[in-house]
Amino acid sequence: MAKTHVKMTVNGRAVDGLVEPRQLLIHFLREDLNLTGAHIGCDTTHCGACTVDLDGKSVKSCTMFAVQAEGAKITTIEGMASADGSLHPLQEGFRIEHGLQCGYCTPGMIMRASRLLQENPAPTEDEIRAGIAGNLCRCTGYQNIVKAIQYAAAKINAAPRKEAAL
Amino acid sequence: MTTTTLTREQREAKLEGMGCKRKRVEDIRFTQGKGNYIDDLKLPGMLFGDFVRSQYAHARIKKIDTSKALKVQGVLAVLTAEELKGVNLAWMPTLAQDVQMVLADGKVLFQNQEIAFVVAEDRYAAADGVEAVEVEYEDLPVLVDALKAMDPDAPVLREDLAGKTSGAHGPRKHHNHIFEWSVGDKAGTEAAFANAEVKIKELISYHRTHPSPLETCQCVASFDKIKGELTVHGTFQAPHVIRTVASLLSKIPEHKIHVVSPDIGGGFGNKVGAYPGYICAIVASIVTGKPVKWVEDRIENLTTTSFARDYHMTTEIAATKDGKVTGLRVHVIADHGGFDACADPSKFPAGFFAIVTGSYDFPVAHVVVDGVYTNKAPGGVAYRCSLRVTEAAYAIERGMDILAQKLSMDPAELRLKNFVKREQFPYKSALGWEYDSGDYHAAMRKAMDAVGYRQLRAEQAAKREAFTRGETREIMGVGTCFFTEIVGAGPSKNCDILGLAMFDSCEIRVHPTGSATARMGSKSQGQGHETTYPQIIASEIGIPADDIMVEEGNTDTAPYGIGTFGSRSTPVAGAAIAMAARKIRNKAQMIAAYVLEVHESDLEWDIDGFRVKGLPEKFKGMKEIAWIAYNKPPPGMEPGLEAVSYYDPPNMTYPFGAYICVMDIDVDTGEYKVRRFYALDDCGTRINPMIIEGQVHGGLTEAFAIAMGQEIRYDEIGNVVGGSFMDFFLPTAVETPKWETDHTVTPSPHHPIGAKGVGESPNVGGVPAFSNAVNDAFSFLGSTHIQMPHDHWRNWMAAKRLGLHG
Repeated sequence: MAKTHVKMTVNGRAVDGLVEPRQLLIHFLREDLNLTGAHIGCDTTHCGACTVDLDGKSVKSCTMFAVQAEGAKITTIEGMASADGSLHPLQEGFRIEHGLQCGYCTPGMIMRASRLLQENPAPTEDEIRAGIAGNLCRCTGYQNIVKAIQYAAAKINAAPRKEAAL
Repeated sequence: MTTTTLTREQREAKLEGMGCKRKRVEDIRFTQGKGNYIDDLKLPGMLFGDFVRSQYAHARIKKIDTSKALKVQGVLAVLTAEELKGVNLAWMPTLAQDVQMVLADGKVLFQNQEIAFVVAEDRYAAADGVEAVEVEYEDLPVLVDALKAMDPDAPVLREDLAGKTSGAHGPRKHHNHIFEWSVGDKAGTEAAFANAEVKIKELISYHRTHPSPLETCQCVASFDKIKGELTVHGTFQAPHVIRTVASLLSKIPEHKIHVVSPDIGGGFGNKVGAYPGYICAIVASIVTGKPVKWVEDRIENLTTTSFARDYHMTTEIAATKDGKVTGLRVHVIADHGGFDACADPSKFPAGFFAIVTGSYDFPVAHVVVDGVYTNKAPGGVAYRCSLRVTEAAYAIERGMDILAQKLSMDPAELRLKNFVKREQFPYKSALGWEYDSGDYHAAMRKAMDAVGYRQLRAEQAAKREAFTRGETREIMGVGTCFFTEIVGAGPSKNCDILGLAMFDSCEIRVHPTGSATARMGSKSQGQGHETTYPQIIASEIGIPADDIMVEEGNTDTAPYGIGTFGSRSTPVAGAAIAMAARKIRNKAQMIAAYVLEVHESDLEWDIDGFRVKGLPEKFKGMKEIAWIAYNKPPPGMEPGLEAVSYYDPPNMTYPFGAYICVMDIDVDTGEYKVRRFYALDDCGTRINPMIIEGQVHGGLTEAFAIAMGQEIRYDEIGNVVGGSFMDFFLPTAVETPKWETDHTVTPSPHHPIGAKGVGESPNVGGVPAFSNAVNDAFSFLGSTHIQMPHDHWRNWMAAKRLGLHG
């Protein structure tokens, strides 16, 4: 099948590649760019393990073709820690509050939570639960994921204002 | 050293040993997207395999035409049963001593059964190839209802078994019969029922569901023709078992097979078995000479690899008028699907279902389980429970509620009246198990106090009156469950899988500078072994948990073990850790005695080293001892400080718990609200309370899903209804209730550290608690038993049947 040239910015870096028009964005990220943090869990857009941030929105990258991301700015879990290696408050919060077990949903969950906290920096518990309803977790029962997001929200809100990470 | 600068408390804290809420080691990589799961693996020249699957539940295969598929760009090979026959692998043995088609051989027995395996350069080309394979079917009558499997005119499913009047577990009564397994005192139980003042009898079904970990089953097989070596990376909960099975099937010597389980994205029992995908990937790698990856998609996962439950349990309890149980009789029709691929120990085709007497002192009991074939996917795995324990817990816990209703007794009071008493442990149950320890009354009373049980019942009585007066359309249910599990399979005297004794193992190497590596026969799928195992070692030999690395899943380096399922990691592998650590401590004691110039018996263990009794300043820490062990061992002693333990447990462990669920149901819409869910668990010694709580949260969420909607359902012609996340209920954060956790601690007397295991308790205890809440809500309206799952539609139907819709 003929291939198409795509260009986009992923985690602040300009990338390009040759893809079949039918190639899913998740496969481009995982297999062409070797960014294997985002996972595939369901094939039907339900589980959210493949969630990345694309042009300021949470996107399930299994439900988008790579060619549709032409010119987009994408952040994946690999782009969440700072250049000096320090972790994002969400990455820290998930560990502190035991918000993960097998780790398979975690990258998508953190990416979704990151966008949620930018849209709503001080969400209530119900707002957090509704905000992550597109991401399934089979291990934790969500209670500690909610706490992890609350931890991150508190930490981000307490920190001196910096330019948004995304 | 340490003793002079740190207080005892500081030394203890530094170890992060047992009882500490240690943060997880695994999270550092998982939160950064640096986990290492199977689909992340890329090997040079790797190909991709994908299945052609049956559209029919029962059909003869007239013809498979692969010619068009072989012309698809990127497709290299298509395997069918004919190709597999060449290497004698068209069929494979199952863990339950049945055989299963790897690829359809003449017929198919369930929808989505594997027919052909297309091997291509990438996953897209493989999917193109699958589309191009043409299969001609002749459909056959379909058997879906397990209760009709042994009807005289039921269709013959397993033609390969024609004329076989006995199977792996004794005589077969019918062409769709797999086994009959019975336990207990038949005559004694009949007598108890003949003399009973009160009896209940109910068909209690536990529907078919699926473990559905977020990562599906996957592998990469790579055969090196020059060396004659096979490497299989896979999502294996039991990597060593996979290696042995692969060796027996392929005839490749076991030392030339390397099985690696990297990070696993959840298992819940789904990843114990051996599936056609693994066999096909291995054969395809041998045929093509290249690594072959196979990754299930979600629909394939839900519809083919290992369902759970599908037990239909006619449960009878005999009792006195004042509520003392006098006998239990259960007959089960067990739906095993088209092939018997249960993952049960070979002597237990119904797993540990004999735990069905539960937490109650039944003087006599009798159980019969009939396994049958149907046109459904094979399996019958323990979905986050020990083998068939959740089915047993459901039967007895529903049964006790039904009995309470019949006696007009409070369900909690009935339980308290019949519990095995603390002083009866170790307790031999009527069905032969020896319960190790328990204090059921204390746990139940703590739970009742915590939720304000009596106030809840008073509130419920008031609401029922209000409902009857027509003032509300909401009914309230209080679901009570007191479960006893049997986990940690198991003692080799009665537990093996395919002849493999179910011990487990640990090898600890303390390095010269005092850090250590532990290698295990178990395999975490999210349980946090890398975090909790070092806590055991830290408490045993005084090396800080942070200085201990755990390795699992590589059969080249790990000692042989049976893997992680059935809550066996802590009861079996956890015991092996303690025993290996104690061997190291014994050697360390000899070394310390030598350098401190005292007799070994003059030393006592003190947190992180040995001290001379009565002379507190004379102390040798483990770190120093480790250096001496390698570099200046006492004369005549071998250098080094390492040990291995293969632990064959003397008994199972018996965790227990008291769960209470409060639920409100709208009879007009069937919608429910879980107002409160309280879970008290007693798993014996607690290694990491944070991880225990997390396990309980997760297991309760799975129990909630199963009880309230999660089902693999089939229509009358065997189509799977609900084979994707579109229809298969996995709760989101919105539906999931909030969990309250609590505990008591009754250590196991036979386990080296007293731990019993906890990961599966919430699934085992949670399902009956939810179902009892729904049933309790409807009970005052004349309902005795409503089958699970209790989704809105079924609640609405229950209300309609009871005449509540006018």
